[in-house]
Amino acid sequence: MAEFYVTIGLEVHCQLLTKSKMFCRCGTDYIGKAPNTLVCPVCMGLPGSLPVLNTRALELAIKTALALRCEILSQVVFHRKNYFYPDLPKGYQISQYNFPIGINGEVKFFSQGVQKSVRIKRVHVEEDAGKLVHEGPGLPPNSSGVDFNRCGIPLVEIVTEPDLHSPEEARDYLVMLRSMVRYIGASDGNMEEGSLRCDANISVSPSLQELGTKVEVKNMNSFRSVFRALCYEIERQRTILEKGGTVIQETRHWDEREGVTVAARGKEEAEDYRYFPDPDLLPISIEKEQLQEIEKTLPELPLERKERFMMEYELTEGEAGVLTQEKDTADFFEACLKEFHKPRLICNWMLTEVLKNLNELNIAISESKVTPEALVELIRMVDKKEISGTIAKGILEEMFATGGRVREIIARKGISFITSERELEKIAREAIEKNPQSVADYLSGKEKALHFLIGQVMKMTRGQADPEMVKNLLLKELSSGE
Amino acid sequence: MTVDVFREFRIRDYHERLRKKELSVGELLEAFLGRIQNVDTQIRAFLSLNEEARAQARELQENVPEGVFPPLWGIPIAIKDNICTENLPTTCGSRILENFVAPYDATVIEKLKKAGAIILGKTNMDEFAMGSSTENSAFGPTRNPFDLRRVPGGSSGGSAAALAALEAPLALGSDTGGSVRQPASFCGVVGLRPTYGRVSRYGLVSFASSLDQIGPMARNVEDCITLFEVISGSDDRDSTCAPYPPFSRQDIPPEREIRKMKVGVPREYFASGVDEAIVKKVQEILDLLEREGLECVEVSLPHTDCALEAYYIVAPAEASSNLARYDGVLYGLRGEGSTLQEMYFQTRTRGFGKEVKRRIILGTYSLSSGYYDDYYLKGMKVRTLVRRDFEEALEMCHFLITPVSPCFPFFLGERTASPYQMYLADVFTIPSAMAGIPGISMNCGYVDGLPVGLQILSGPFKEGWLFGLALFLEKALSLVSPFPRLPERS
Repeated sequence: MAEFYVTIGLEVHCQLLTKSKMFCRCGTDYIGKAPNTLVCPVCMGLPGSLPVLNTRALELAIKTALALRCEILSQVVFHRKNYFYPDLPKGYQISQYNFPIGINGEVKFFSQGVQKSVRIKRVHVEEDAGKLVHEGPGLPPNSSGVDFNRCGIPLVEIVTEPDLHSPEEARDYLVMLRSMVRYIGASDGNMEEGSLRCDANISVSPSLQELGTKVEVKNMNSFRSVFRALCYEIERQRTILEKGGTVIQETRHWDEREGVTVAARGKEEAEDYRYFPDPDLLPISIEKEQLQEIEKTLPELPLERKERFMMEYELTEGEAGVLTQEKDTADFFEACLKEFHKPRLICNWMLTEVLKNLNELNIAISESKVTPEALVELIRMVDKKEISGTIAKGILEEMFATGGRVREIIARKGISFITSERELEKIAREAIEKNPQSVADYLSGKEKALHFLIGQVMKMTRGQADPEMVKNLLLKELSSGE
Repeated sequence: MTVDVFREFRIRDYHERLRKKELSVGELLEAFLGRIQNVDTQIRAFLSLNEEARAQARELQENVPEGVFPPLWGIPIAIKDNICTENLPTTCGSRILENFVAPYDATVIEKLKKAGAIILGKTNMDEFAMGSSTENSAFGPTRNPFDLRRVPGGSSGGSAAALAALEAPLALGSDTGGSVRQPASFCGVVGLRPTYGRVSRYGLVSFASSLDQIGPMARNVEDCITLFEVISGSDDRDSTCAPYPPFSRQDIPPEREIRKMKVGVPREYFASGVDEAIVKKVQEILDLLEREGLECVEVSLPHTDCALEAYYIVAPAEASSNLARYDGVLYGLRGEGSTLQEMYFQTRTRGFGKEVKRRIILGTYSLSSGYYDDYYLKGMKVRTLVRRDFEEALEMCHFLITPVSPCFPFFLGERTASPYQMYLADVFTIPSAMAGIPGISMNCGYVDGLPVGLQILSGPFKEGWLFGLALFLEKALSLVSPFPRLPERS
């Protein structure tokens, strides 16, 4: 099979986390709201209404561009992008054209253990459109309605250069981008809810020197569907080329259920959006001081933090990656370290037990009832061998469920722990004395007998001893008894 | 009571009678409603009347303020039909908005209501303010009260005609390229185009956003000042509105200072193509000013020629985008169609008139890729040159004085066949609109029973100077407000 080269560029739209819409004072919390309840004459584009910029949206967009290492243009100009569609009440979208917020940025990320880099072509802000609704209460059959609740919510559009070369890279870039916009508080980056949307341009070429025909794929609603759609599309184009055919430049829609991309309906002539500066909005100068102020609010970004975690705490790339993907997780981890500086131990707990509990409860770490202090308290007790690991895991589950602290749970559950090694030694000796047959069996080479003895000790302690410790004590006693 | 007695009234005269209880708010309103009923079948200045006006008058009368009256307390006012009013239709003279009622009041309407004004109704206009004769209204033309065979000018022809026929003592118009000043001139009344950004556009249905300004119109200069004081000032709902407080008449220089000011006479505005009788009339005014001690100097605005051409690039470009929202989806007329595209086509084919379609096509063309640089961008560059013309000329003088229109009110149908002839009617009002500077249009006499308008221009935010000179001239000319003889309905 001949070799083919894959080139991918991504266009990502993120809803910015502002309280009000981009050009009016309507709220942005539209999820679950009845249609057209978050609207006003401005976002409905009623005759006579005028837009007034929400400066918070501009700040968040600048913050995003700065995080993506863009050059920030000294002047922000809004352009009108003219086209007709029922979800676009003014017949144009207020967007940006030749004066975007930022240009020439870069995002570094890891893909399959290797650091990659993608150039960011531009970052601009624009308003979101409404949403067509094809079924719902009060809607006659064979008709569509428009819900304008989403209309006018600020979006930041992030366009990459065609620097990605596999579906894995595209996915890993997206994961990093999502992580970044969440870190800086610009967007919640939720693809399923549509607050992060991704379109992809893909081309496949038999030659490294020449790009293939570009195909745009839309309608991917999760990271998984981006990955699947890209895999499918690459395979589709490769098959065409292998058969000697030509790939048509077109827009295709990803069909999640069928797992295929389908050519979009409608004419394929290039649309002329007749961009021109919006005369309702004056150009805005971005002052150096303002940029510096915004820059100051930038937190340490995921990749820098990951690298620091690897260096400072001697974690592996994988461990540091998981811990730093979400800012809250990384913050939680470092808050634990402040209490108890054992990075390795805390990392192990976070990556196994804490994550497991969060997944089971299906919540984010910020929503959990366990504080870093409470977790450290628990880990400390295990570390001092006051409780066994097994017991601690059970207690942690209880902590996640009730928000109780470790000592309170122990008191409440009436669990008394065999804390002293000397006490446990006594019990181990007692078990040995009571079961001479098993001792003989073990000494004659039957490994199973040891397990029986451990079981006896556990029984005598009502399961409250650390099995590992019991095993060690038994071994010590048995060898000294020889 | 008939309106005849109000012929020379100013707002302060109404207020004096209202204060002395010689007149009630209700009687005042009824006088104008009666006049409308008597003459508007011929003039057709109004598209709709405010059914709540009587109730508002009663409410005002029941709560007569103890101290000083709010500036427009109890005064009826006519509103151009492209300014949004809650509970009253706002059609813009278009079929496409025939049944449209805005769910909100424009900022200027809020201000009028707060000042105690009573909205009489909405006035006729060229569709979406595109025209110079009111003949482009989808609901039929308005007629000039001085000669019913002639046009009242446009696009604020309804407001101007209503004032001239004494159907209203005050009115609001809008001026994009001359739409307040030219009809004020044709109807012998006073109209101000404010500095761009002096009056909030929130609630003014956009034609060309970078040019549109709401302007006060009245039967005398003083009332125009009062109305401007009420409607001007910053508005946080309009980003293009200047962050200044409302205009105050304290900014009007006293007469003795006006006499020391310098008047520029742009030679391009007195060239061929201007009716000689108009040139003569304006020259008389200039002579009078010189006699009164003002210095008059000739100045040049070299880009006057291309201002009109540039305007017909820039304004339609903005209009093509501003009018895209009339797609039949949310409000207004909706055409039938089995596909979305067909619905769009039907809606806009049936909803828009010929001139509006012409300008949408013109504007769409000049914004299209491949033409943008040659048309829209070049138009914007010419606009900068035009603005510089005025800046330079106004360094040498305080005012510019010109005719408002190169011609007298023309006959209905006279210019409808040639759009270019129609566009020429605004040749003296367009350049200053492109520059964003203020201009006032006032009557300066009559020729054969038809009013001649005088235009005074000045620099940005110099409305005080304009009013100062206009007041001075009004007095010096002993001008009386128009009261053309109209056949009343028996």
